[in-house]
Amino acid sequence: MSTAAASAAPAAFLSALSARLGAHRVLTEREDILPYGFDGTAALKQLPAAVAFPATTDDVAFCLRLAREHRRPVVTRGSGTGLSGGSLPLAGSLVLCLAKMDRILEVDAANLTLRAEAGAITQKIYEAADAAGLFYPPDPGSMKISTIGGNVAENSGGLRGLKYGVTRDYVMGLEVVLADGSVCWLGSKCVKDVAGYNLRDLFVGSEGTLGVVTQVLLKLLPKPAARQTLLATFTAMDAAAAAVSAIIAAKIIPCTLEFLDQKTLRCVEDFAKVGLPRDAAAILLIETDGHPAAVADEAEAIEKLCAAQGASSVKRAATPAEAVQLATARRSAFSALARLRPTTILEDVTVPRSELAGMIRAVEAIAQKHQLNIATFGHFGDGNLHPTILTDERDHAEMHRVEAAFADIVEETLKRGGTITGEHGVGLAKKPFLKRQLGDQSYELLRLVKRALDPEGLLNPGKIFD
Amino acid sequence: MHCGMCLPTCPTYDETKLERHSPRGRIALMRAIGDGELEVTKSFGEEMYYCLGCLACTTACPAGVDYPKLFETARAEVERQGVLDSPKRDFIRWFAVRFLFTRPRLLRLVGRALYLWQASGLQAMARRSGLTNLLPPDLRRLEPQAPVIQRRFSHQLIRPVERPADAPAVSTAPLRRVAVLTGCVQDLAFADVNRATVDVLLANGCEVHTPPVQPCCGSLHAHNGDLGSARELARRQLDLINPDDFDAIISNAGGCGSHLKTYGHLLHDDPVYAARAAAWDKKLKDIHEYLVSIHFRRPLGTPSPSSAPSTDLAPARTITYHESCHLCHGQKISAQPRAILRAIPGLELRECAESSWCCGSAGIYTITQPETAERLQHRKVGHVLATGAEIVATANPGCHLQLENGLRAACAPTVSEPASPASPPIVTHPVVLLARAYAAEAAASPRRSIHGT
Repeated sequence: MSTAAASAAPAAFLSALSARLGAHRVLTEREDILPYGFDGTAALKQLPAAVAFPATTDDVAFCLRLAREHRRPVVTRGSGTGLSGGSLPLAGSLVLCLAKMDRILEVDAANLTLRAEAGAITQKIYEAADAAGLFYPPDPGSMKISTIGGNVAENSGGLRGLKYGVTRDYVMGLEVVLADGSVCWLGSKCVKDVAGYNLRDLFVGSEGTLGVVTQVLLKLLPKPAARQTLLATFTAMDAAAAAVSAIIAAKIIPCTLEFLDQKTLRCVEDFAKVGLPRDAAAILLIETDGHPAAVADEAEAIEKLCAAQGASSVKRAATPAEAVQLATARRSAFSALARLRPTTILEDVTVPRSELAGMIRAVEAIAQKHQLNIATFGHFGDGNLHPTILTDERDHAEMHRVEAAFADIVEETLKRGGTITGEHGVGLAKKPFLKRQLGDQSYELLRLVKRALDPEGLLNPGKIFD
Repeated sequence: MHCGMCLPTCPTYDETKLERHSPRGRIALMRAIGDGELEVTKSFGEEMYYCLGCLACTTACPAGVDYPKLFETARAEVERQGVLDSPKRDFIRWFAVRFLFTRPRLLRLVGRALYLWQASGLQAMARRSGLTNLLPPDLRRLEPQAPVIQRRFSHQLIRPVERPADAPAVSTAPLRRVAVLTGCVQDLAFADVNRATVDVLLANGCEVHTPPVQPCCGSLHAHNGDLGSARELARRQLDLINPDDFDAIISNAGGCGSHLKTYGHLLHDDPVYAARAAAWDKKLKDIHEYLVSIHFRRPLGTPSPSSAPSTDLAPARTITYHESCHLCHGQKISAQPRAILRAIPGLELRECAESSWCCGSAGIYTITQPETAERLQHRKVGHVLATGAEIVATANPGCHLQLENGLRAACAPTVSEPASPASPPIVTHPVVLLARAYAAEAAASPRRSIHGT
């Protein structure tokens, strides 16, 4: 089949899809599929040929077999909140939207696990665990609408990454449909399980390029007995960075250690109205959790350390509700920045924590060099920064400078032993930089794995690498 | 920005899990039209009318996207291009939007006729005899949902100017002059709410002006793609009430208030009215918002059990609060009605789940999208009944009717359960309860000053 013919979906393909899924679960009209032409990533869009909504794993297997038969690329998607363009359709592709496979199938309090379909919403998983007195820690900024399948595919992080790690650290098992339609279970409820290669981890962060995750078995933790949130205000960015270093050096690992610069905190305050100090140069939002005595000790130590580094004030959240409000406000940071400019290009470079202060200064210098407006916030405790370029995608001249600044930020990160993506995935946005980070041979190894599992290159082709 | 944070708060996305039925999807379609990638099609038009216009997305949007403006513009464009036109739709739109709701005296006449039909027993007779079964299916479905018209309308209950009885004697502060807007449906079906609004303002030392004949505010028109009529009605409103003459202009209906606060934008390029409209926006206040801003007087009486242990023998009445979308999302007024309810002696406020989720009334949504409207109604009624509250307070006539109809149906005897399971909770407006509380203290101590102790 020629490339030109590949963009229009053949009637036979579509009618076979509709016959299996039902016509209402296959969308092809322009008004229906236009809204599936993008995800949460700025300035990227591409119309697919069709969008299908499977209801079961068998449906997914059918779709993949059919796509293979018709040589049609398949892009899997959840709620479309990804920030690296991982679920952006290809021209002529079939979008497999798992949003309707959203059941939470089991909360196993005896084994501290939860099993859910891939389309289950992260927030609902958190709530289901919470209702059983348990805790699912990963909390990406979009958790109130992101799907667990998408979190697994991009190996999403969140605010609690510092102490609790990322999605990968909670995946005990996966149901995966391979390119040929075969269905595999990888992993188990066993805390210890070393049978065979650890293929489960291969699929975590694979961005839909190796198979389609249809079910997830998650590890849960006991709910921490106590939590305390603190808000530290600084008159200089450097002082905030120094406070973070001091906390880590004092061997304290808070649950969250978030940083917001002045531009970001003002936008967040304009939206959430939670009383953030608008005049501060930077704030740290810190949460400690665990045994009540340990939480009290840590909170006190953090207060002292922040004060010693020149914090102008350190406040404690008075109630759990206020703490939740502050964390929710922080999660809105990326979106709230769009109050300043229509297009927000969000970075998620990550550096070793000792490099943080230097990296922040480097970002400021890059903003000046390219005459761009860059706001910075991020998960300082784990070295994961979100320098966000505030721009307008319709301004082509500025967009060229944005690209150049983007490349400089990556360059600076790699020079400091960092990674091009801490939690958003490579997708399309970071694709040009992956080879530089991995080196030729590691990069080839990734391609070798891809060819082994998807020999015809139909699963989310063109993502991560070409 | 297309982060998707609006998706979980959108009732139509929640119902369908389809992007086009979400705010993000609808904006993508509008943008595609703007960018020349899509025409204004029938399917696009249908999508714009599948949106409830509840504005929950605006509360959720960290980026502050102005969805109401986009949405009104899109609906106006759908009407301008006529992609949804059909003889029946055209007639209904002309009759309701252009004819009936631009003529307040005619509307009252229709209301009067409806009242006679309901009060004379003719309606009951028609229902019993099965005569209503002869109506076309659409009307047969709508007939029981029609509001019960009250015997007296606002102008029969409220004098054009009312002053607090003892105001000159006790007040040292200058009187606040306020104007009260009586609305359309509120005027016909809930004139008692308008009376109560005036009462609570009087009890808080306001001189209240209530023009006896008022035009419709135009929200119905603006929300349904007829911005021309909306502008005309706004001008008439501005002719009737000069904002410079008043400390505040009061609305007690969430849907009207939300639109009334946007006259400045609506008439921003009107050479004659732009300035007056901008002044109007600053004076326009929702009744709850205004009462809290002037530190309304807490009625005296038994403190509610939530604030202090009750010593009164009468048990507290339980109440829950349903938020009108255009009050909480359109005007961001959420705490004030609760503050008023909590201030009323003998009431125990029980929060209901999803209190700010649309009830499905949404202007004329029950007529245009009956199935979705009914599903949302069931969802809402379920949450309200789950609280066990005896009273539901809400501050919008559309919600009021939707709740009343839904609760009546849910609590009606059925074939399998012939004995009525329970009498449905009473639906009312917060200011009605506040007015009653003021009246009760006056009855207990007739000579006490209305300005409190």
